[in-house]
Amino acid sequence: MAIDLPFEKPLVELRVKIDELKRFTEEKGIDMSEEVATLEAKATALAQAIYRDLTPWQKVQIARHPDRPTTLDYARGLCDDFVELHGDRQFRDDPAVVGGIARFGGMAITIVGTQKGKDTKENIYRNFGMAHPEGYRKARRLMKQAEKFGRPILTFIDTAGAYPGTGAEERGQGEAIAHNLIDMVGLRVPIVCIVTGEGGSGGALGLGVGDRILMLEHAWYSVIAPESAAAILWKDATQGQRAADSMCITAQDLYRFGVVDEVLPEPFGGAQRAPQEMIHTVKSAVASAFEHLCCMPVDELLQKRYEKFRNMGVFYEGNDSSLQD
Amino acid sequence: MLKDLFPKKKRYATIAPHPSARDKVPEGLMNKCKNCSEILLSKELDKHMKTCPHCGYHFTLSAPERIAMTVDEDSFEEFDTELKTADPLSFPDYLQKVEKVIEATGLTEAVITGRGAIHGKPVVLGVMDARFIMGSMGSVVGEKLSRAIERAVAENLPMLIFSVSGGARMQEGILSLMQMAKVSAALSRHQSAGLLYISIMTNPTTGGVTASFAMQGDIHLAEPGAIIGFAGRRVIEQTIRQKLPDEFQTAEFVLQHGMIDRVVHRKDMRATLSTILSLHTKGGEDFGD
Repeated sequence: MAIDLPFEKPLVELRVKIDELKRFTEEKGIDMSEEVATLEAKATALAQAIYRDLTPWQKVQIARHPDRPTTLDYARGLCDDFVELHGDRQFRDDPAVVGGIARFGGMAITIVGTQKGKDTKENIYRNFGMAHPEGYRKARRLMKQAEKFGRPILTFIDTAGAYPGTGAEERGQGEAIAHNLIDMVGLRVPIVCIVTGEGGSGGALGLGVGDRILMLEHAWYSVIAPESAAAILWKDATQGQRAADSMCITAQDLYRFGVVDEVLPEPFGGAQRAPQEMIHTVKSAVASAFEHLCCMPVDELLQKRYEKFRNMGVFYEGNDSSLQD
Repeated sequence: MLKDLFPKKKRYATIAPHPSARDKVPEGLMNKCKNCSEILLSKELDKHMKTCPHCGYHFTLSAPERIAMTVDEDSFEEFDTELKTADPLSFPDYLQKVEKVIEATGLTEAVITGRGAIHGKPVVLGVMDARFIMGSMGSVVGEKLSRAIERAVAENLPMLIFSVSGGARMQEGILSLMQMAKVSAALSRHQSAGLLYISIMTNPTTGGVTASFAMQGDIHLAEPGAIIGFAGRRVIEQTIRQKLPDEFQTAEFVLQHGMIDRVVHRKDMRATLSTILSLHTKGGEDFGD
């Protein structure tokens, strides 16, 4: 049973009415097809109106939808022979981060990504996709391994943020993310990163340094989750909508800032409505990204990766009032 | 009557001090220690490098004060003073806030970078200042640090960063987050060049700064009692629904958990840095030569 979002309510109500009419037609043998057709046309127009101009806050809700494909869905859908690998070799295996090796279009690659659950039980096991330091260290181990064997790396990002807990702090959440950042800058294999749902702060960036940054149409990526921003700015976590609207967190905003290289279109209504179609879109985008990167000499690849992040930011220099970015 | 035996309290004429005399009491003559509440004369506090002589509490230093305490006299040469904050998100009230802070502090942004020497040994420094929007990192902080690190690479010099920061600057959104990757990129080149980077964490060092350059040093030092962590205390308490112990996320706590090398008292910092620098030579030569 699909879960509907609050702003989809009028559409859902209309669909229920259409179903009722259809049932009525069948049961009583009265022809209502004309009415049904009218309502269906109305439903289509309504859906168009809702999904054409989604607000940032509506996108945040779509990005959090539990039926969206997860990292494991993409790993299995994009690749053959996916072999999941576990553990950071230091403390434990963090279920909020998954990774492994697989064959993508005939080429061996390494996949890492944050992993959310499909239901409450799995979400508790996956800690709602919020990683501990051992999750970032597991990712680093697998990426270093990829470098050793010359495998390109594909990362999937869908997390509200790194987990803010006692154990996470004790084991160095900051250090774990920081270590990934500095290592990913220098990995001598191509890296493609995809923000598939939520890109929450340092927890997302810890898997987000690469040569090509892709983002799904309704995903968000920000310095801080909208609710947390609202809690700090206005001391009110329920003002998430206001924060979402003012913080430029959508894929379209990030493309404008040059933070992401490509926005991947989602199926009508969002990835959760047609997961297979979404996986197919991601597959062809990843294929063309790797095709481009894999033929680049390593030194050029690293130089371009350096420049990519080195040039991020907007400021004024001297008396010149033109923006540098 | 009995009460006549106890005369009322005598009334005295009260004379208010002349207003001009009141104005002559200097501002900030005294300070109260935030830890032990001892009243300290500012002069005494300065003598102890702004640490409490009774309990050892370290008062927050401004970046200029920190630089003066760290490098040899007249050796500091500042970099990139002409970079100015922009407002890429058109965030409400952001630039007004920045202008106010600039006026109040005389700083241009939350970090000062430059070249200096410690006991004659040249270094490149980045020193953050908490007075500038909680020492938060936006595009200018990221750019100044990256340029300073690149100069250290070009001139074969060690890099020192004194952190004090609430993390990434919310008002610059995703671009603030990307500064973490940017400074990391610059430091990765410094690292590949085989150069020494010492990260010094002061109170507080949190959020995106902890999750990037503060934790990427060859050697991590911290001032006593400094709060060092990724997530804020309040956020963690809300998540786990428990009160955290007082010592949680202090310099001593993160030392115990293996995240830093040493806790160094402010009075010993310059000497410690000097010793560490002298133990790092490249190609058998001293940095000072």
